[in-house]
Amino acid sequence: MRLRIKFRKYGPVRYTGHLDVMRFFQKAIRRARIDVAYSNGFSPHQIMAFAAPLGVGLTSNGEYMDIEVRSIVSCQDVMERLNAVSVPGIEAISVKVLPDNAGNAMASVAAAAYTVRFREGREPVTDIAAVLPAFLDRKEILITKETKKGSREVDIRPGIYRLTMECPSSMEENPETGGSRSITLHMCVDASSGGNIKPVQIIEALLAEYGEQLQENALIVTREEVYMEEERRLVALDEIGIVC
Amino acid sequence: MTIQHENKPKGLYPASGNVVGTERRLALNDDILMSIEKPVRYIGGEYNSVMKDLSKVSVRFAMCFPDVYEIGMSHLGIQILYDMFNSMEDVWCERVYSPWVDLDAVMRERHIPLFALESQDSVKDFDFLGITLQYEMCYTNVLQVLDLAQIPLNAMERGEDCPIVIGGGPCSYNPEPLADFFDIFYIGEGETRYRELLDLYKECRDQNLGRVEFLRRAAKLPGMYVPRFYDVTYKEDGTIERFFPLEEGIPETVCKEIVMDVTDTYYPTKPVIPFIKVTQDRVVLEIQRGCIRGCRFCQAGQLYRPVRERDVETLKKYAIEMLENTGYEEISLSSLSSSDYSKLRELVDFLIEECSKRHVNISLPSLRIDAFSLDVMSKVQDVKKSSLTFAPEAGSQRLRNVINKGLTEEAILKGAALAFEGGWTRVKLYFMLGLPTETEEDIRGIAELSNKIAATYFETVPKERRAGGRVQIVASTSFFVPKPFTPFQWAPQCTKEEFLDKAYLTRTAISEQLNQKSIKYNWHEADASVMEGVLARGDRKLCKVIRKVYEKGGFYDAWGEYYDNDRWLESMEECGLSVSLYTHRERPLDEIFPWDFIDCGVTKEFLKREWEKAKREEISENCKQKCQGCGAARFGGGICFELR
Repeated sequence: MRLRIKFRKYGPVRYTGHLDVMRFFQKAIRRARIDVAYSNGFSPHQIMAFAAPLGVGLTSNGEYMDIEVRSIVSCQDVMERLNAVSVPGIEAISVKVLPDNAGNAMASVAAAAYTVRFREGREPVTDIAAVLPAFLDRKEILITKETKKGSREVDIRPGIYRLTMECPSSMEENPETGGSRSITLHMCVDASSGGNIKPVQIIEALLAEYGEQLQENALIVTREEVYMEEERRLVALDEIGIVC
Repeated sequence: MTIQHENKPKGLYPASGNVVGTERRLALNDDILMSIEKPVRYIGGEYNSVMKDLSKVSVRFAMCFPDVYEIGMSHLGIQILYDMFNSMEDVWCERVYSPWVDLDAVMRERHIPLFALESQDSVKDFDFLGITLQYEMCYTNVLQVLDLAQIPLNAMERGEDCPIVIGGGPCSYNPEPLADFFDIFYIGEGETRYRELLDLYKECRDQNLGRVEFLRRAAKLPGMYVPRFYDVTYKEDGTIERFFPLEEGIPETVCKEIVMDVTDTYYPTKPVIPFIKVTQDRVVLEIQRGCIRGCRFCQAGQLYRPVRERDVETLKKYAIEMLENTGYEEISLSSLSSSDYSKLRELVDFLIEECSKRHVNISLPSLRIDAFSLDVMSKVQDVKKSSLTFAPEAGSQRLRNVINKGLTEEAILKGAALAFEGGWTRVKLYFMLGLPTETEEDIRGIAELSNKIAATYFETVPKERRAGGRVQIVASTSFFVPKPFTPFQWAPQCTKEEFLDKAYLTRTAISEQLNQKSIKYNWHEADASVMEGVLARGDRKLCKVIRKVYEKGGFYDAWGEYYDNDRWLESMEECGLSVSLYTHRERPLDEIFPWDFIDCGVTKEFLKREWEKAKREEISENCKQKCQGCGAARFGGGICFELR
């Protein structure tokens, strides 16, 4: 039986890398005494798969991991056990049993939604609200991607599925991260292994058009959800499966 | 003493998005954390790390391992003390490690004070800063920690607002090279006297007696050495003439502290689990303290006498409890010589059964290679992937007798043959170069022994069973450094040139062997070994040198890439000190050593006897075979009182 576990990552643990989070869960699953399935051999490992890795420094309200279990009491029980042995900032928020034919979390990823804000004092001069419609009307948005083999030009416009800006008045300041009140962007972008787009790449491309360079470490990024594609439609990774 | 406990507001901070949770404030801002390597080293918050309510705590103890997080987090001693302190309701113990060089530079530039991981509060605001001294080459990191914490390096310059800086660990058995920088050294095992020391501290604080009076009273507690109350005079040749207390009532000798009942004491059954991979990334089960063997080069073997075993039932209970509390996928036994633990078979059988149920790996370091250990190892590891380790330490039987390493060539070859039959094809061999009385013959012995092991493989394993090729033998040599409280404390240490000649000779001798293609040879750097020797048997005059090296930019000297030999030699010269005074001469039997005022249980008379026996190439039986009268029996327990 395969479980899909959705979890949040916030606070100081946002500085842990993807592999550290994996290692964290391997131990947490043991501490929680979840009846997880192991591979064979001298160094047996838990059968688990993670969806798209989250960059160091980012927070998330929608991270996913699939684990293979031999038995469970209930999905609720798994969630409670995990959270009882977790650390502040890593919190399971849903557990579902996957249908047998579901692809694994890693392979399924098609898109991700992000909330992006600017750090206090690092907001751009460019009036994003004013230029956003024109930016999105473009047929092509070329950026330079650095790869191991050198750099190449890629068009990111097809990978931007949604990009909206929130009206400033509804915003609240975030004293912890020093987030600015001024601008919040919501975006849903390609997160597949072939075409993954980082929020910072979009903002940089947008500002570059107006001759502005994004300041260093200017963005506060939260991943809100990860999606897979089903019948040409994006559905959240936890929309499949059942709670038992 | 005006120790202030600031109660910093610990409010609710919005975490991310619009969700509210309790969040720890970090000492470093996001820009810094995002610009350095492994920011997780500095954020705390690991599973099992202890948070306390400051309003209910009256002593704050910062426990420091002066090296990078991954090394420091792997140390069992600190885990034991962390657990002990935090089990005291009035004490909050937090962890501190050396910031890595990248963060170090940022902290200096921006004057960010060193902080403890749990509260992220500045170390300077703590009552105590405990620093463990595990190896000599970390001494400059001690200064780095003090400096970043904005605590004056020199203990005499510290005001009432500074924490009490207390040192411990094996290097505190010769604390003199660091005497200027510490308020107290705790000599011996930490489990015994800290409660008394903290109570004394609270009492002095309540009565406003001040720092110096607290230290004066602390100096009278067993195991506590307060360097400021002692002075040294030197002879013309630079050796010690007299070492004496400056005030009446300050003891002339300091006797080490030791836990006699190692079963009924603190054990960290809920160790802190790091997020990042650290050196010792597993449950560690300390099965005994001390060693019966009495190898003459080994300091730990003398310092931790007498051998004290933990009760096997308690160990079984700890093993299960710790696996459950941590979720670790591996457990390792810890001791100086696990094969000598009397209930090893029972413990290992239990672990094999429990661990296979739980999909937990077992690692068994420091096992003597014999039929039993090979059988155990074949059950717990993949024979094809693992290697066997022998530590003959010397290449010839003659030299092994000198160092009292009771491992014979016959035993090694028999063990190797058994192992090859069992399917192992990789063997690691550890040797030392520069041991007292060593000759070219002894060094050739390293090559010859390696060759014989390879030959044993070809004799034992018929051609058709040699799947995929040949046997791999890796011989490694380190350079011998004489240590205090060993029979070799009188011995001369080689110069760098002598060391390198010996390494070349070893390499040449190996290349002349018939099976040389199966043997790989590694050797260590010689520079740092010489300086380690200076610090190990050094005196108070070296405080100036360590400070100079630090001021010239030296720290992380235990890391080859940051060790600068010229910086050390230059600083020695500027202080008017010669390396050879500390290392290259054989010391006369009547010389007063800087560490003579410490009583580690083993008597100087015993060590002298052993030194003389070594020169006569005579071995001494181990503690289980026959008591050698080392002096440790005075502690009234352990192996000294067991039936032989």
